[in-house]
Amino acid sequence: MRLTAEGLTGAAGGPFDFSLGAGEAMAITGPSGAGKSVLLRMIADLDPHEGDVSLDGVARAQMAAPAWRRRVAYLAAEPGWWHDETAAHFPERARAEALMPDLALEVKLLDQPVHRLSTGERMRLALIRILLNEPAVLLLDEPTGALDPHATALVEGILLDRLRAGVSVMIVTHDMAQAGRLGARRYHLAAGVLSPA
Amino acid sequence: MSPILLTPVDLLVASSLVVLDAVVSVWLGLRLHKQVLVAAVRCAVQLVLVGYLLRYVFAIDTPALTLGLILVMVAIAGREVAARPERRLVRYGNQIAGLSAVALATFVTATFALATALRPHPWYAARYAIPLAGIMLGNALNAASLSLDALLSGVMRERSAIEAQLALGVRFGEATKPLIRAAVRRGILPIINVMSAAGIVTLPGIMTGQILAGLSPIEAVKYQILLMFLLAGATGIAAVGAAYFAMARLTDGRERLRVDRLV
Repeated sequence: MRLTAEGLTGAAGGPFDFSLGAGEAMAITGPSGAGKSVLLRMIADLDPHEGDVSLDGVARAQMAAPAWRRRVAYLAAEPGWWHDETAAHFPERARAEALMPDLALEVKLLDQPVHRLSTGERMRLALIRILLNEPAVLLLDEPTGALDPHATALVEGILLDRLRAGVSVMIVTHDMAQAGRLGARRYHLAAGVLSPA
Repeated sequence: MSPILLTPVDLLVASSLVVLDAVVSVWLGLRLHKQVLVAAVRCAVQLVLVGYLLRYVFAIDTPALTLGLILVMVAIAGREVAARPERRLVRYGNQIAGLSAVALATFVTATFALATALRPHPWYAARYAIPLAGIMLGNALNAASLSLDALLSGVMRERSAIEAQLALGVRFGEATKPLIRAAVRRGILPIINVMSAAGIVTLPGIMTGQILAGLSPIEAVKYQILLMFLLAGATGIAAVGAAYFAMARLTDGRERLRVDRLV
């Protein structure tokens, strides 16, 4: 198994037990405030919690936290930016530029200040940011929530490419059809319990 | 030149100026007259008490009593630092960070001065150690509270930016470095202003006091320069200490940003 969680318990509820194979996708739906984001954050080790997670059989506790987060990458619903200039977030600019056309982003956007970008542009750039780390697992919190149908289709295309390459994806979404398009197993999170939907 | 000794009557005459403030308050309807008078009385009573206390402590001059008094002063300063910021670290985090920062700054700079420039006999003589610690503490308090406030409010503001970096595998120390920088800067700027303006815009209080008390201006200036440099050191140590001690409470063994420890 690529990703295994056992007895994961925290602010999102639990205990959660699940596993995700290489190239598999898992979609999580549920009411607002049910703790879907917190569940992803627990897996990425960004929130305190109990329980064990392992990646390709290696327990998370045996890996340094930054190394774990590079392999198991969490993308927030509203990703943060820490420089004024967009390009400053992409030390490997050429690699970022190579991915931008696939997401209908013009390369010159990198020369704009972050505050001039639209929400959808920021979301897609933040996705590129984590893809550049080449993670084994993607934890995505409503990655297409702010996107138009065309951009949504492009993001799903990229995710399908990654899935075929063996990357595992956990995606929080309100869009049941999106789960179908990604071939994802569907789960519902409510009242601290994760159940197949 | 011998100092002009002040008599209680001199002070009573000077207090007429405080009464003038109270009259202005009544005249303009500021409703500050009571506060002005209470503050003036408090000022006089507190200073007279501390004067007698210091005379007693200087006379006895035992290391234990000196250290004890300094520790009490440090504890009060630490509490003040902790109280300033709008946000609080849980489990006495503000108090621990404030206390550690002012204690470190004060002990390092005061000991440094006693061991190098001043060298009284014995080196821990109460007459030198206590006033020195006091002035270091006042400035360390200021720097630490500014730095702590900047750090704690900055963490909440920059939360998503810091967590975005953590999620990319950036180390906690790296992701929070800009915040530490901003906090230390806030703590250190005031002493830079004071040093730059010294002698031109303001005559520093200590120097003025010493000149009035009969010391030659050159001697008074030398003391003032020494103190300014010591204060610059204390300010830097306090600002850096408060920022790092507080930041240490905002993370854990897994390099998370623990905003849950901030209320």
